[in-house]
Amino acid sequence: MGIKIVEDKCTGCSLCVKACPFGLIKIVSREEVGKPHPKYKKIAVIGEGCNLCGACLEPCSLEAILIEREEEKPRVDISQYKGVWVFAEQKKGEIQGVAYELLGEGRKLADQLGEKLSCVLLGEGMDGAAKELIACGVDRVYQIEGAILKNFQDDPYTDVLTDLIQKEKPEIVLMGATVIGRSFASRVAARLGTGLTADCTELAIDPNTRQLLQTRPAFGGNIMATITTPYNRPQMATVRHKVFKKAVKQGNRRGEVIKENVEGKKLSLRAKLLDMVQDLTQTVNLADADIIVSGGRGLGGPENFHIIEELARTLGGAVGASRAAVDAGWMPYSHQVGQTGRTVCPKIYIACGISGAIQHLVGMQSSDIIVAINKDPNAPIFKVATYGIEGDLFQVVPALTKRLKEVLG
Amino acid sequence: MNFIVCIKQVPGTTEIKIDPKTNTLIREGVESIVNPFDTYAIEESLRLKERIGGKVTVISMGPPQAESVLREALSMGCDEAILLTDRAFAGSDTLATSYTLACGIRKIGEFGLVICGKQAIDGDTAQVGPGIAEKLGIPAITYVKKIEEINETRIRVERMMEEGYEVIETGLPALITVVKEINEPRLPSLKGMVRAKKAEIHMWNASDIACEKSKIGQAGSPTIVNKIFTPLPRKGGEIILGDPEEQAQKLVEKLRQAKVV
Repeated sequence: MGIKIVEDKCTGCSLCVKACPFGLIKIVSREEVGKPHPKYKKIAVIGEGCNLCGACLEPCSLEAILIEREEEKPRVDISQYKGVWVFAEQKKGEIQGVAYELLGEGRKLADQLGEKLSCVLLGEGMDGAAKELIACGVDRVYQIEGAILKNFQDDPYTDVLTDLIQKEKPEIVLMGATVIGRSFASRVAARLGTGLTADCTELAIDPNTRQLLQTRPAFGGNIMATITTPYNRPQMATVRHKVFKKAVKQGNRRGEVIKENVEGKKLSLRAKLLDMVQDLTQTVNLADADIIVSGGRGLGGPENFHIIEELARTLGGAVGASRAAVDAGWMPYSHQVGQTGRTVCPKIYIACGISGAIQHLVGMQSSDIIVAINKDPNAPIFKVATYGIEGDLFQVVPALTKRLKEVLG
Repeated sequence: MNFIVCIKQVPGTTEIKIDPKTNTLIREGVESIVNPFDTYAIEESLRLKERIGGKVTVISMGPPQAESVLREALSMGCDEAILLTDRAFAGSDTLATSYTLACGIRKIGEFGLVICGKQAIDGDTAQVGPGIAEKLGIPAITYVKKIEEINETRIRVERMMEEGYEVIETGLPALITVVKEINEPRLPSLKGMVRAKKAEIHMWNASDIACEKSKIGQAGSPTIVNKIFTPLPRKGGEIILGDPEEQAQKLVEKLRQAKVV
């Protein structure tokens, strides 16, 4: 069990060496390690610390690397688990956009499996919301009501969802990869001892095994991995906002709502939610924005950010910032886009005075259209920009704002 | 109070490039760093120790070379360092990692607060923090951007949300995961670096931490990686020429054609 080099196949070509993200593979002389071969003088050796990520398998066309797994028996009776569930995240009684996107994708998966699509809705006074979900093509809504569930809190939500999952046994559970979704899903998966894949960009059903194929980026998006949870149920996955298209509402849909109240039930509640404070520096939420205008080091100072803000306002978009601008104190951290800030996926991302270091790119490179405005023609951002404008942002950005105002009236 | 900080050694992203001919990852040199979010966790633990007294133990699960990030933590001022290392831990997904770290933390003994970074920049899952809390049976608060109050029994924090923040209070022991906004990590002092170089790092393997074989490593990992591939790299598009007014005009035209404006 583990990883091994197939000695008679390895030619020492070293393609695997470059592929290992941890730099653990070395090419050594076969004689030195006592593994002679009639034709080849060298062989690959894998060092300590290999975590079986499998990145080396792709370049090895000779199949000289093998990752062996123990043949396992399923931990649970998989045949008992049926149905696709979507957690309908709500804030202040409103169902979040990402939930509608999951419903669209969930319907596809459920249809492929020949199963039902259900929604789990926790909150207080959610009758109207439940009806909206039915209109989106959900076969069933589990509407769980209670004052304790009005706003998301880890403990009662985890208790309720894990109980429901253990009772109803869904095959697949999907959640939005929001602040709430990511901690909630982690907690539920850990309690159930099942697999959870975060930030999926693609979901599919394997036609042979009926397993959920969960594809997601790793290493900041430089690598894509397809993950499965073969022996545990449910298969859980979180998906980012704006990855899938929203489900379409249709008036004539039918479905059932199973309403339940938790008053009187014993739910744990160790943390107290004392206050919810709105961020007043943002008029448009970065996570939801279809258009983002971002400023970087090229802005030169906080007083210049107003040209970014004006362009964003004209477009009805949000304002972002690179790490350099945030670290310099020109913009608050809540606006930071990048590896240690937020990852965004808008329709248009306009990067002004941002060089495009890889740590910034990993936060925005899946945007549909990237516009780069920079006076340095060698700035790496031009390599990924759909449209590149080489120029002085202090002239180009206001010109852009002016032109847009003319055009938009 | 006993503080426990969980950290991870990760590859430095700046080194990762894609070879256009073979379409695979290239790593020039082997640069491993402390996961950036974990430095904020280390710093916060040191500030809390300065505020209310106590001891900071830093723990990591990894191969033997992960020792270097523990030494870095020691040089910043942590008191003790533990490396959970064993071939049996290899191939762990987030569930197995959470379980293993929880076993290690239990062996350390009584603690008030576990502090983790928001997520690791290689896996990007943000699952291990809450997973550890679940395995230890303690509350977890993620995305903490400020600790308002802390005493022997309770902690009150600000938790970053998409549209603002929440103020949450919970009893201790508890676990928090922190974001960058929480502090500015200190640089190690010369004295700290000397101390770190000489310090003993406790190496614990699977039998040291009373864990079940079926819950660690590959066996304890419900998720498996089916396939790894490199995505088609995003290519640059067109450069728009002209004076600023012309460039603006052309761009707006393109955006209108693309129906985004």
